[in-house]
Amino acid sequence: MKAALQKSSFLSRVASIPRLFAYPLRISNYLELINPLWSSHRLMARVVKVWDETKNARTLTLRPGRHWKPHRAGQYVSIRIPVAGKLETRYYTISSPPERTDGCFTITVKAVEGGRGSHSLVRDLRVGAYLPIGLPDGDFVLPDPVPEKLLFITGGIGITPAMSMLGSLIARKCLPDSVHLHYSPNEFEVVFDRQLKEMARTHPQYRLARVFTRPADGIASLNEGHFSPAQLDKLCPDWKDREVFACGPETMLTALTTHFERTRMAAKLHLERFGFGPLNVPVEGVGGHVRLVKSGLEVEADASTNLLRVAEQAGLKPKHGCRQGICHTCNVRLISGSVRDLRTGKIFDDLGGPVQICVSAAAGNCELDL
Amino acid sequence: MPTGRMPVKLTDAQIEEIGRELDAMRHEVIESRGDRDRRYIRNVIKSQRGLALGGRVIILASILFLPAWGHGLATYTVFLSLLVFGAFCLGLAKIIENMEIAHNVMHAQWDWMMDEDVQSATWEWDNVCASAEWKVSHNFKHHTWTNVLGKDPDVGYGMLRVSPEQRWKPYYLGQPIYALILAVFFEWAIAIQGLELGRVFAGKTTLRQIRSQVVMTVKKMAAQIMKDYVLWPLLVVALMIPFAFSGYGPALLAVFLWVLAANGAANLFRNFWTYLIIFCGHFPGDVYVFTKKQVEDETRARWYVRQLLASCNIRSGKFLNFLSGNLSHQIEHHLFPDLPSNRYQELAPRVRAMADRFELPYNTGSLIRQFGSTVWKILRLSFPGGASLGMKWEFKTWNEQQESTES
Repeated sequence: MKAALQKSSFLSRVASIPRLFAYPLRISNYLELINPLWSSHRLMARVVKVWDETKNARTLTLRPGRHWKPHRAGQYVSIRIPVAGKLETRYYTISSPPERTDGCFTITVKAVEGGRGSHSLVRDLRVGAYLPIGLPDGDFVLPDPVPEKLLFITGGIGITPAMSMLGSLIARKCLPDSVHLHYSPNEFEVVFDRQLKEMARTHPQYRLARVFTRPADGIASLNEGHFSPAQLDKLCPDWKDREVFACGPETMLTALTTHFERTRMAAKLHLERFGFGPLNVPVEGVGGHVRLVKSGLEVEADASTNLLRVAEQAGLKPKHGCRQGICHTCNVRLISGSVRDLRTGKIFDDLGGPVQICVSAAAGNCELDL
Repeated sequence: MPTGRMPVKLTDAQIEEIGRELDAMRHEVIESRGDRDRRYIRNVIKSQRGLALGGRVIILASILFLPAWGHGLATYTVFLSLLVFGAFCLGLAKIIENMEIAHNVMHAQWDWMMDEDVQSATWEWDNVCASAEWKVSHNFKHHTWTNVLGKDPDVGYGMLRVSPEQRWKPYYLGQPIYALILAVFFEWAIAIQGLELGRVFAGKTTLRQIRSQVVMTVKKMAAQIMKDYVLWPLLVVALMIPFAFSGYGPALLAVFLWVLAANGAANLFRNFWTYLIIFCGHFPGDVYVFTKKQVEDETRARWYVRQLLASCNIRSGKFLNFLSGNLSHQIEHHLFPDLPSNRYQELAPRVRAMADRFELPYNTGSLIRQFGSTVWKILRLSFPGGASLGMKWEFKTWNEQQESTES
């Protein structure tokens, strides 16, 4: 046993020798010069194809690097998007099935009004660009074994997980009796319209019902307009027998949850949210609740006391230097919320970005990596 | 707060206005940082890594032209030109990494990009001084207390008398030689300086208390030595072993020593160049030094004014800007240590014009002038006196008058 341990530590030492050649970098830093997909210190993806699904929704085909792990249908991936030089993090559901054989996956993105990240992906990104990505994550996946009867309720760009699940079920030749209610504003803005119709044509066990919430000639019947219990009864009378997978805008999901809870069917409803919570708009002159995540402390802070002081008063001894904002020794990562730079009065809310805690105060609630 | 503590003829209101103007410049740059800056630093990093690797490959290739091979091109002329060229490329790569990339990255100039690969907290540089150590002695101590005698560790690096205000001791008679030794071993001197061993000798701290720092520094030095003086020479030797067995090619020991020498030359080249640029930053003639008393209760605006008085630029073009890591704009760097270095050249004319409006000095000159006056100062100040080499006489007497009226 002891000998085995010694051997493994010897082996790990041998294995770390190549890195010493590249010190203080890693071999991977040189490999990525040749091909970013070869790097092992961070996962990258190459944009190999862009395709517009509607006038403002685009599918990006991405080839991930060597250390990618295949996703489960319905999972999402984090993507770092350069927006004005900053690598911002966004999460997108993978729209392709994991059974895809060319090693690529797709995400389908709708340009959100005022959304810098989505706009950059949909409009600015070119084939050949490289983006840092994370590994697939999320538990909005089909159970194993696959339920006998399925109902997908999707709204707008929320169709992406359903698309991956349907594609996977078809590839595995185990698509059960499925109904798909898909909500979109009108017939011109149905993401994956042709693929959906093709699927309905070739697979009799798949029934598609497109619902338009803002048709050009006004709402004429129950087949149109936003979700309602009566509409569900009409379009899928046996919905109570089905395992339901729903993804879409917050309003749609709220209506669904209310209905399923009222009818005591909530156990059958599986949801994936993609909306953001209410935006944290900091008010001038007001501090907030500060959560120091690493140390597990929570304190109230006013708008004029710097966060270094706040942390010290809470009993912490954060690393620091000049206390004047010169040296950046006290930089701490902002996990959520926003802070105010006491020198300029400017709000800083780049999540994941560095906060100079010696010259920043709480501006609304915030979480710091301290 | 008495204005007299600053060696300038400005009212408090004027000094605060300078502070506001410089804050506004800083804010403008922060607001306009974007894709262009990201492209710049990423391209510099990529090219630098390519150059470093290229340099090492050229050094390796040069070994194939040692006369011992006996082929037509195997002459010392070809071999040495390749070896020197490889060492030059590697040295240049080290200069770019240390000056334009690492120094600036560690100042948090690029943290705003939120790019994990380019963060001040995690960047480790190609230099024997551990990054963590450097950030304390440089970012915190030097940049906060720039040219304050007894507080700024970089005033003469604790070895040299670079300002007449430092009291003369017979020790300083040898300083032209110390300065030369410092140039050769610059990175080592900085690494050791960061440990502040002087405090141990003075009994202010114990070796036990700084043990973790010493361990960190020794580990860092070992890793750098291992790479440049053991592993890379051994790799080239390993590649030559098959030939050696067949009784062909150069002696393995010679191969090892040539590669080691080339890597050593690259490090030496980097040491000389960084020494040259850095000594032009705060030591040339007319630069100002301060006493601890002068910086008591210093406001942000006064800190700005002190940075302006304590730093010197080198008149330069794009090429020298780049190779000096934009420390040719030492003044702008000291006013705005956390703004992206590629922006200093656009700030320089504005800072200079502002200094002129307030009749403040803006110390700039050619590399030869700045380094020449530094060398002259080191020579002259190895002897007692030298007051005429210090701050401008009129300010100094004026300053002393203020201090005497205060007390």
